[in-house]
Amino acid sequence: MSILINKDTKIITQGITGKTGQFHTEKCQEYANGKNCFVAGVNPKKAGESIFGIPIYASVKEAAAQTGATVSVIYVPPPGAAAAIWEAVEADLDLVICITEGIPVRDMLVVRNKMKKREAAGGKKTLLLGPNCPGLITPDEVKIGIMPGHIHRKGRIGVVSRSGTLTYEAVGQLTEIGLGQSSAVGIGGDPINGLKHIEIMQLFNDDPDTDAVIMIGEIGGPDEANAALWCKANMKKPVVGFIAGVTAPAGKRMGHAGALISGGADTAEAKLAIMEECGFTVTRDPSEMAKLIKSMI
Amino acid sequence: MKIHEYQGKELLKKFGVVVPRGVFCPTVEDAVKAAETLGGKVWVVKAQIHAGGRGKGGGVKVAKSLDEVRQYASQILGMQLVTHQTGPQGQKVRRLLIEEGADIRKEYYVAALTDRATQTVAMMASSEGGMDIEEVAHKTPEKIIKVFVDPEDGLTDAQAGQLADGIGVPAESRDKAVATLKGLFKCYMETDASLAEINPLILEGNGNIKALDAKFNFDSNALYRQPEIVAYRDLDEEDPDELEASKFDLSYISLDGNIGCLVNGAGLAMATMDTIKFFGAEPANFLDVGGGATTEKVTEAFQIMLRNPKVKGILVNIFGGIMRCDTIATGVVAAARETHLSVPLVVRMKGTNEDIGKKILSESGLPIITADSMAEAATKIVAAVS
Repeated sequence: MSILINKDTKIITQGITGKTGQFHTEKCQEYANGKNCFVAGVNPKKAGESIFGIPIYASVKEAAAQTGATVSVIYVPPPGAAAAIWEAVEADLDLVICITEGIPVRDMLVVRNKMKKREAAGGKKTLLLGPNCPGLITPDEVKIGIMPGHIHRKGRIGVVSRSGTLTYEAVGQLTEIGLGQSSAVGIGGDPINGLKHIEIMQLFNDDPDTDAVIMIGEIGGPDEANAALWCKANMKKPVVGFIAGVTAPAGKRMGHAGALISGGADTAEAKLAIMEECGFTVTRDPSEMAKLIKSMI
Repeated sequence: MKIHEYQGKELLKKFGVVVPRGVFCPTVEDAVKAAETLGGKVWVVKAQIHAGGRGKGGGVKVAKSLDEVRQYASQILGMQLVTHQTGPQGQKVRRLLIEEGADIRKEYYVAALTDRATQTVAMMASSEGGMDIEEVAHKTPEKIIKVFVDPEDGLTDAQAGQLADGIGVPAESRDKAVATLKGLFKCYMETDASLAEINPLILEGNGNIKALDAKFNFDSNALYRQPEIVAYRDLDEEDPDELEASKFDLSYISLDGNIGCLVNGAGLAMATMDTIKFFGAEPANFLDVGGGATTEKVTEAFQIMLRNPKVKGILVNIFGGIMRCDTIATGVVAAARETHLSVPLVVRMKGTNEDIGKKILSESGLPIITADSMAEAATKIVAAVS
């Protein structure tokens, strides 16, 4: 088992004909069962054509109807990315993964509120992962996103992080000491996003094939603290926690749009303290993440 | 991206928010002329820099004669204004705003900002205007009122009224306060702001509501569709190194330590800085080279780091995913040669083509120290500079 995706997931790629979409679709196809998982692309101008053997449809709705796909991945450039998310939601997909970096915050605010209202009105709940994220992977089954497949190894440790390369760092450490991953999830570095740490922790908690989790956060926002508080009452598995940005100055955007200290509660120190209070094994030395997990299982 | 107060007031005015009459002045002569044109008996001379806390630092003065306008304008223009936001070196004042005086009966605080927890726009108001809002939040949080606004629905009359009543706006000025709040919200949305703050918003003796200050921050992801905001950009107010870095699509922030670091990815870059501190030193900068680093980009990154005289050593930390380690290694070798690198350099590389990358480094003949883990890299660079 795994969370959110597995070898049987059928995926639509939105923005498949762009440079980034093409590059990563090929890599995803090459990984594990990718050839069978990536079943459709979307581009209204190229409907009826195909790319890497993947048929292109005019809309997400049509692609889903024709192929039975329930998940989409978005590489559409920032000005059209929020509209692409909404199209996938309106097509009643289960999960939308938005890789695109640089989407205006207002666009994300609008689409998130539309999603919530649709759900409140009885519409289907579509999960959003990202934007500005590396995607997610279930090793040896399927990879959806831009992470390097070869560093992963099938196993029983869950990884969740806002940052791409820091996720790879954790995965690389685990693989090196012989621990595989059940799933590795990048939730993205933007201030307004979909799935948060707390929801991924809930999924890992319920996944019978995950034994322990590395949860990585960074400065800015309340998400890591919320997840830690939930874990204190509910999490049945050991968690190693790391927060990047102990040395980051307040008021400066550290690369990620969401990595900005804007009050007392969203510093790295404050988050590390609350995670520790909630029973996580926290470390200030990110080179130790995998070793700590190994000592706990 | 930040803008000046006088620019923020121009924006607010377009959305129906009343602001004092004022003139932007680049010289002392302009300031005196502006005061004459504005008329009246009291003027405010205000330094225009992007940092807050200008009043406490001596950058805002009330003048009661044209001579005083001249005197204060000469004092402020050209001064190194030090506030809690500028750092000890201060910021040079190159622009002034001359405004008519205001008859202040009461000062309020109002602001719009994106609320991450609720994924809405938070409209905040407080009866404690003119003070540092963080202090108010800390000492008397009950004096800050918030409503959360769905960006599609907009701020409703009821919500705006709730804020106005909550901060004690008198009944006869309530409509004016509601219009101001709605104007502020509309301005925030339409300009793609990430923060729009009026502190103080004042109630005048005659019952008018006026914005005495304007502080804006804009979402840099949205600047492509905000040419009017981009035109407000003042490069004099930006860190020259951060500006230079942005031309090469590098994300760079200078810090106070002595170990330069070059990393791919924002999260890993912060983690690298933290590791340097964990092993006893301080990072000199944050630098994310991004996903598609070329030799040119790496060379530029080295040059920007080395322009900082405090840098005594450099740590390169790359997790090669899509970006290959051999590409980075070639870039690092070229950059070290081109910059005639004279400080210790530690390189840690992991991931795609790691072995080829390491070979390129060792065969370069340069004194590059290599490391396997972040901890080892940090230990080695800390030892090399001490």
